[in-house]
Amino acid sequence: MAVLVIADHDGAHLRDTTLKVLSAAKALSPDIDVLVYGAGSATVAVQAAKADGVRKVLTAESAGLNADIAEDVAALIAGLAASYDTIAIPATAAGKNFAPRIAALLDVSIISDVMEVVDANTFVRPIYAGNALETVQTSDTKKVLTVRPTSFAAVAADGGSASVEAASAAADFAGTRFVGEEKVTSDRPELGAAKVVVSGGRALGSAEEFHAVIEPLADKLGAAVGASRAAVDAGYAPNDYQVGQTGKVVAPALYIAVGISGAIQHLAGMKDSKVIVAINKDPEAPIFQIADYGLVEDYKTAVPALMAALG
Amino acid sequence: MKILVPVKRVIDYNVKVRVKADQTGVDLANVKMSMNPFDEIAVEEAVRLKEAGIATEIVAVSIGVAQCEAILRTALAMGADRGLLIQTDQDIEPLGIAKLLKAVIAEENPNIVLMGKQAIDGDNNATGQMLSTLLGWPQATFASKVVIEGDEAKVTREVDGGLQTLEVKLPAVITTDLRLNDPRYASLPNIMKAKKKPLDTKQVADYGIDVAPRLKVLKVAEPPKRSAGIKVADANALVAHLKTAGVL
Repeated sequence: MAVLVIADHDGAHLRDTTLKVLSAAKALSPDIDVLVYGAGSATVAVQAAKADGVRKVLTAESAGLNADIAEDVAALIAGLAASYDTIAIPATAAGKNFAPRIAALLDVSIISDVMEVVDANTFVRPIYAGNALETVQTSDTKKVLTVRPTSFAAVAADGGSASVEAASAAADFAGTRFVGEEKVTSDRPELGAAKVVVSGGRALGSAEEFHAVIEPLADKLGAAVGASRAAVDAGYAPNDYQVGQTGKVVAPALYIAVGISGAIQHLAGMKDSKVIVAINKDPEAPIFQIADYGLVEDYKTAVPALMAALG
Repeated sequence: MKILVPVKRVIDYNVKVRVKADQTGVDLANVKMSMNPFDEIAVEEAVRLKEAGIATEIVAVSIGVAQCEAILRTALAMGADRGLLIQTDQDIEPLGIAKLLKAVIAEENPNIVLMGKQAIDGDNNATGQMLSTLLGWPQATFASKVVIEGDEAKVTREVDGGLQTLEVKLPAVITTDLRLNDPRYASLPNIMKAKKKPLDTKQVADYGIDVAPRLKVLKVAEPPKRSAGIKVADANALVAHLKTAGVL
């Protein structure tokens, strides 16, 4: 039977994460529908309809859906569940927020952060901050999955020609009210989707130093900026820069860790990167155990030299 | 106002876990266990709400083996008033835990359930959301700030790309993110006092709820190891290597 993929988008563009979740869905069924909910769903639906392998795109908007209220999103999706045997959700902060609600509404277990689809009922997922991989087989007839986007290659963004139709959203949940939001604006690529990521750690010492050292290097490489938890907790970088078990999981082609020791929790968020570079003055820092290229040098001399070497 | 804080006993976050050779799971024998870090933050927040005169009673509850009592004593030493241990040797999935907690809530009638956003062993990030769904209560997950105003909680949440603020009607389930607070250490006198605080023990069977697992773990494996890298002499050598590797 069919799979329903929940789209990840910013109100104007379909995010790459959706294309990656579509590739996981393809391993489950040839019949894939996509749900685009929230403000801008009509615009994004057109893009989703072009994605390779999509059969049908559903759209829905309401005040609650536009504000990404978990109660409303889950009610909408659970209402559509009768036609699908699997619901695949990107493992983003929003996805993790509503996915378990859908599972609870359907009285099924949730399978979080799927990294590999073994068969329609068997999945591989990380546990213990990615230090072990668990293969689980579900006995539930309906499956609710969150999919770790970085573990899958994106399907082609065009070539498809799915139909678009509106789904009806239920009335908004009365117990929750959206008050406001504070978005961090950035011209750099998005952390989760960037090909190159430059991350800074506690060694930077201040927010000014973080701006002065990490950001120019990132801009030179067209990279996204990340940070360790220590740097975020110390206020050097905003929360959503955090890479790790409790922040974002990234897998870029190149990950450059500057002044990051490499705690287990940080490694959980970046150890699937293709090439890892570590710049740290401590030769014993655990980051060197997983780095492909290590430069044992103070970042204060290493980063300017690297900037110069890049030309 | 009464607050219920579910806490979980997990492998200490500093321990480097080892997968068992027969791939049946992670080796937990003789490994240091602690309270899940996100749950410590939940206990701390509850205690702060009590210190602010908002909460009147804090009940900590844990579901698991007999040794979970130590985790509950830690919560009591931090400032919780009472403990409840629901004992089982079985590993229960988030859905089963949520159903048991719902039954506890029917008896305790708390105004707020404050719990960690995820346990660092299963990494599911699901129990709070499932519990709120089963109760029909609002949820506010990944909280970095909680302000109680009358019968509402104003919660600032960490979302991708920034922060979102929601107002939820109480009773509600709130799950904690790392930046909500810095949990206190229990002082020695408080650890001694905690030994005298009430702690009830029940069995999972007392609740008559089906908590049978839906997922069968076929295998637990080590993640693929990265091959050892090289140390480079300077920035020029680094750039040369990165060009050869085709990532620049």
